[in-house]
Amino acid sequence: MEKRATTGNEGKKVRSDCQVTLELTSSGGIQIELKSKVEKLYGATIRKDCEEVLTHFDIKNCNLNVIDSGALPYVLQARLEAAIKLVKETDKEFLPAMLPENIYATKKDSYRRSRLYLPGNTPKLVINAGLHKPDGVILDLEDSVAPAKKYETRFLVRNTLRAVNFYGAERMVRINQIPKGLEDLEYLIPHNVNLILVPKCEDAEQIEVLEEVIDELKKKYHVTHDIWIMPIIESALGVINSYCIACSSPNIVSMAIGLEDYTADLGTQRTNEGTETFFARCQVVNAAKAAGIQAIDSVFSDISDMEALTENVKKSKQLGFDGMGCIHPRQIEVIHENYAPNEAEIVKAKKIVNAFIIADEQGLGVVSLGSKMIDPPVVKRAQKTIDIALQLNKIDANWRDEFLKED
Amino acid sequence: MAAELVKNAVGRLVPVEVNGKKEVPFMGRDKYHHEGHRYGPPIVFADDFPADGNKLIPTLKEALQEAGLKDGMVVSTHHHLRNGDLVANKVFKIASEMGIKDLVWFPSASFPCHKEIIKYLDDGTIHHIEGSMNGPLGRYCSEGKMRGTAILRSHGGRYQAVEDGEVIIDIAVLAAPTSDPFGNCNGVQGPSACGGLGFGLADSRYAHKSIVVTDNLVPFPCIPMQLCGNHMDYVVEVEKIGIPELIISGTTQITKSPDRLLIAELTSKFCDAAGLIYDGFCFQAGAGGTSLSIGIYFHELLKKRGWKARWSIGGSTKYSVKMLEEGQLEYMLDGQTFDATAVRSIAENSNHQDISVFHTYDYHSKGNHLSMMDVVVLGATEVDVNFNGNVVTHSDGLLLHGIGGWQNCLFAKCTILPIPLFRNRMPVILDEVTTIVGPGNMVDVIVTERGIAINPLRKDLIEATKNSGLPIKTIHQLQKEAEAICGKPAKPEFEDEVVAVIKWVDGTIIDSVRKVKNK
Repeated sequence: MEKRATTGNEGKKVRSDCQVTLELTSSGGIQIELKSKVEKLYGATIRKDCEEVLTHFDIKNCNLNVIDSGALPYVLQARLEAAIKLVKETDKEFLPAMLPENIYATKKDSYRRSRLYLPGNTPKLVINAGLHKPDGVILDLEDSVAPAKKYETRFLVRNTLRAVNFYGAERMVRINQIPKGLEDLEYLIPHNVNLILVPKCEDAEQIEVLEEVIDELKKKYHVTHDIWIMPIIESALGVINSYCIACSSPNIVSMAIGLEDYTADLGTQRTNEGTETFFARCQVVNAAKAAGIQAIDSVFSDISDMEALTENVKKSKQLGFDGMGCIHPRQIEVIHENYAPNEAEIVKAKKIVNAFIIADEQGLGVVSLGSKMIDPPVVKRAQKTIDIALQLNKIDANWRDEFLKED
Repeated sequence: MAAELVKNAVGRLVPVEVNGKKEVPFMGRDKYHHEGHRYGPPIVFADDFPADGNKLIPTLKEALQEAGLKDGMVVSTHHHLRNGDLVANKVFKIASEMGIKDLVWFPSASFPCHKEIIKYLDDGTIHHIEGSMNGPLGRYCSEGKMRGTAILRSHGGRYQAVEDGEVIIDIAVLAAPTSDPFGNCNGVQGPSACGGLGFGLADSRYAHKSIVVTDNLVPFPCIPMQLCGNHMDYVVEVEKIGIPELIISGTTQITKSPDRLLIAELTSKFCDAAGLIYDGFCFQAGAGGTSLSIGIYFHELLKKRGWKARWSIGGSTKYSVKMLEEGQLEYMLDGQTFDATAVRSIAENSNHQDISVFHTYDYHSKGNHLSMMDVVVLGATEVDVNFNGNVVTHSDGLLLHGIGGWQNCLFAKCTILPIPLFRNRMPVILDEVTTIVGPGNMVDVIVTERGIAINPLRKDLIEATKNSGLPIKTIHQLQKEAEAICGKPAKPEFEDEVVAVIKWVDGTIIDSVRKVKNK
């Protein structure tokens, strides 16, 4: 155990965060030194919050230095708890209240067109993320977090899952690579996480190990809702094993590809044309579809070029991907818009759904369009196309009236 | 010196006397009318001035001496050179060296580059400032270090004060990017080009003495004559009046913040849903990052529908120039030119018209442009549950911004404040604003990233947008949402001492600013 520990961040560009330095002492009581940008409005509250956490962990004598850049209470609590656990052995936790709005589950076939990456240790990017309406948010414990910050980030991500409202977006966390990532799970499973992203997944055994731990934790913490899994394929070996991975658990709802690491593994460079990753993308799409799950494309990293993103999404959709990661909120709309069904797809879907409704009204067991029989999965997909088109205001809620008139 | 305080029409305690002069407390919108005539500077005779039209004086110091600079005078400057202004500091440096005391500085706005003025406040050269309080000057004032009481006015209120004689300018020092020896001058040419010079108009007309300071002297006539040499007493040529890269302000960058873009998008959607945007409408959107992106959303919408805006009031920027040049805006009336593209445009496009505060905001003119405006988009540091707005102090009580045209813009048909619900833990919607700069019955809509609040007085807007699918909430709901995230903020503590007063557009006092308490 250290005698003194520092966690969190401070600096000119730091917002919504704080840095705490804690030193246990043997006498003198709790001494708090606070420097805060919001001292006049929240100085007293911050001191009180610190005392509450310290008392919770039975600390009676310490020097605590807080440099605050507008941290919200759950951030301050996470920073302080991490510091405490670096200087003191304890099994206790200090959990902020779980927002009632955060208790929701997602479905296996929920939309996963856009999922917004949020560095797990940068609170200022997190608080408003859900307002941009991504299908999912990813709190990242892996590549966006410096090795020295991994430990404290777990507390922050845990508190974030409890205290930040993502307004209905699927709550995802990217854990560290297995096996190290297994240690992350205890901070996530009891806190209503919807989906775990598994980076650099290379074989089905990794998923099996992961599932075992998740199951144990679900039992321990009486978690009953579904926790989905999304493996990320980021290596040549992963690409080759992708079908086995996709089939390795009924909780896998989608499989993503990560192209930065993949191209590095191949020993090549990523280009805009993407010739070097064409095989891998097709393989992952094919494996995902064969396993009956969604295929998710890699992120597009030039956040200023919306036209290139548009082109990229169109290509991705054509290859069979259902969604893509994003690294900036402004990418979300472009991604939704371009994974959305196009005009021809909507016209076709209208015909199919209409035929289905008519068959249903007439009590027919078989749906047919002209002389062609239509299988139930085709109807289901057409219905989904209509739903998306409705959601994006591409068609009117009363589209059938119009459709029947035209017909 | 504890002056007597009275409660005004918005319930704020304000002094009845400031810097030894009687003052009128705010009485409500459109309530304060008084009889009288416009103030007139002393009559002058053309034969007292050089027949050859050459009013050149070798140095600024000699010009100030010629103008009769002495203790207690009011000296004015304009702010078209923005943060690149080298003239205002120079004036007071000279005054300080001359041993002059107790001047009143009457700028149309101040900038962080005017930090040096603190020196001249400290050494007694300047008694107090009547103008905006930005950055370091605001802090200085809030800490109670200025001897006199600061008086903050809107752009329109400044014109009003000059016109009705509330402020008598003894000497106006007018920086001019181009001038002739007669004193005709403009801001569109020369190395320190800044666009229009409208903020110097009142000064040139009403000051007892007017000095033009230029770094680009041209032979008579200087065309265009934005300010007229017939009002000028002296012309001084100096090496440099401004730093070009600081004159063209950095504020004309469109925001990259996704949250601000979201607010901008919601604002334009609201305007559309409320029917505020139509073929031939008019708007003002400022040069701040969020306002700029709202302008871009307006532009896109007009393009898509094949509509045009008839006119806008600038703050002109490359974005509004683009709208003008692509045909979605017919006329741009420009009071302040913010970037190089806009400076180029105002010089060459006759539909991009230089105007002054007199046209847009003046309270003593026969109507002004603003009340004809369909939509204005404004910022605020705080608002409260009664829709009162604050733009001058922060929630910690420090005076850090000027009013600009903010109060004047409240007279538009619809005023919208797009603001984040909280800034770095500081909630923006409070029970009571720290300082009332605009009364709540003139603020119509508040747009935040978490929802839109419409002033209950605007039943028409509430009705028009009720089925829009937009996140319309009450202001109390928004406040509650912010406090659930940030916690309830404590109130800043103040001393009793009034360090500044805020004037309403008619010259009455709407609020006072107290000295901040330092623990």
